[in-house]
Amino acid sequence: MNEYLFEYVVHLADDALILGHRNSEWCGHGPVLEQDIAITNISLDLIGQARNFFQYAAEIKGGDTTEDSLAYLRDVREFRNCLLVEQQNGDWGKTILRQFFMSNYQQLLYSRLENSFDRQIAAICEKALKEVTYHLKWSSEWVIRLGDGTDESHARMINAIDELWTYTGELFIPAGYEAKALESGLAPDITALKNDWLNRVALVFEEAKLPVPTAGFAQTGGKQGMHTEYLGYILAEMQYLQRTYPASKW
Amino acid sequence: MLEQQFQSKIDNEIKIEPKDWMPEAYRKTLLRQISQHAHSEVVGMLPEGNWITRAPSLKRKAVLLAKVQDEAGHGLYLYSAAETLGFSRDQMIHDLLTGKAKYSSIFNYPTLSWSDIGAIGWLVDGAAIMNQVMLCRTSYGPYARAMVRICKEESFHQRQGFEILLTLSQGTEAQKAMCQDSINRWWWPSLMMFGPKDSESTHSDQSTKWKIKRKSNDQLRQEFVDMIAEQVKILGMTLPDPDLKWNESRGHYDFGEINWEEFWNVVKGNGPCNKQRLEARNKAHEEGRWVREAAIAYAQKKAERTKNQAA
Repeated sequence: MNEYLFEYVVHLADDALILGHRNSEWCGHGPVLEQDIAITNISLDLIGQARNFFQYAAEIKGGDTTEDSLAYLRDVREFRNCLLVEQQNGDWGKTILRQFFMSNYQQLLYSRLENSFDRQIAAICEKALKEVTYHLKWSSEWVIRLGDGTDESHARMINAIDELWTYTGELFIPAGYEAKALESGLAPDITALKNDWLNRVALVFEEAKLPVPTAGFAQTGGKQGMHTEYLGYILAEMQYLQRTYPASKW
Repeated sequence: MLEQQFQSKIDNEIKIEPKDWMPEAYRKTLLRQISQHAHSEVVGMLPEGNWITRAPSLKRKAVLLAKVQDEAGHGLYLYSAAETLGFSRDQMIHDLLTGKAKYSSIFNYPTLSWSDIGAIGWLVDGAAIMNQVMLCRTSYGPYARAMVRICKEESFHQRQGFEILLTLSQGTEAQKAMCQDSINRWWWPSLMMFGPKDSESTHSDQSTKWKIKRKSNDQLRQEFVDMIAEQVKILGMTLPDPDLKWNESRGHYDFGEINWEEFWNVVKGNGPCNKQRLEARNKAHEEGRWVREAAIAYAQKKAERTKNQAA
């Protein structure tokens, strides 16, 4: 088995799954029915992307690995998602900002990966790019609306930036499998995506009348399996049935 | 005179449209029924949403998300249909949150296991469909059209529910027991969804005359029992009713007496989850207030800027 390829694909899947899972916690609890539908739809897109990546990862791994064994039977230290996506939903502003940061990143990454020599990754990203482009548009509009809305919404966005900014640096620091993926020509240099990412943040924040934070300390580790305490609870909930009733078909 | 013209339209199967004259009682009855129906879709998201984060496979998770999202969409169509009767969505939601407006009592029961998601799809959506298929031909145009769209999606929901149970019924002993337990708990509340017996139903006669309803509660309930009593055999499960028996002379299944005391108790607010459901809706509404206010404030600012630029 190609170890770095497997890990690379799994990290793409884990990012999509955990963010999709977090967003799905909103279903039925959104601030207004139309937005309940929107966030659920984004969640659905992300779960769909995760499934495509997991199915490919299962193929690479071979044996009796399936999309579900990867999602439901790995423990915290084996998950490769970045710290940003596992952060708690908080209020609508924090959820929106997390989505904006991640969609911004995914949009840049997928638009490179759709040209990867690995045809499976390219095909999955080509399809996902359409969805992610919409997520970016939707979340950008909300960041602007909330940043430039009322005093309260502005203050809440400042707070969300304060809570989440520290997790954005990790996106651009390559983990081992990302370095190998770059070396083999499979994936782009993610350090080179940072400028475009920052430029877009600056553009949206300017319109939202929000300050762009200065660099600051970057919390890292998620991509290597060193997570925040939140992930354990996400998995405890998500994996409960598979763990309680092992070897069952659902 | 107006009333006679109105009734003759109905008798001739001509749909009533929002701008047509209608008796005040017709408008009120419809408004009550459509807004209750809309609220049911929205509150109904909660018991099923309860299992989204715990769905046992990625496929099930995706299907359940899509399903609950559909319910939200149905809520939207129905609120729009109700608004054509001159009552705003904000007012309707206010009535829901303050407990003035009702929603289907079935959603005041808890979802305790994954198989409840299957049972809701099969039994609860199944019961709802009997009613909704009838409502596709209801006399009020906007309501009938909303129902046509909703029915298409609901039949997919019922199939996915049945398919969840079918998988469980072919699974391990624990899964089979889970499946039977859900059927036991959801069967009677599903029968209650058709409402009081015809002899006790207060709104039925007039609604039938106005063709808002085209079948009685008892008729629909019987059709449902006949359908489910057959389908449960495919699952190899049983319905928790010792009196359930095919009646050759009637050509229908006989079934036992519903616990009406429980029915009225849940309607009055004493169901296992009445409080939690309303609390959850109120919490979402309160916590979303600043978001809605910000969206309005931003839209106003934007409109003003555009106006200033034009001037």
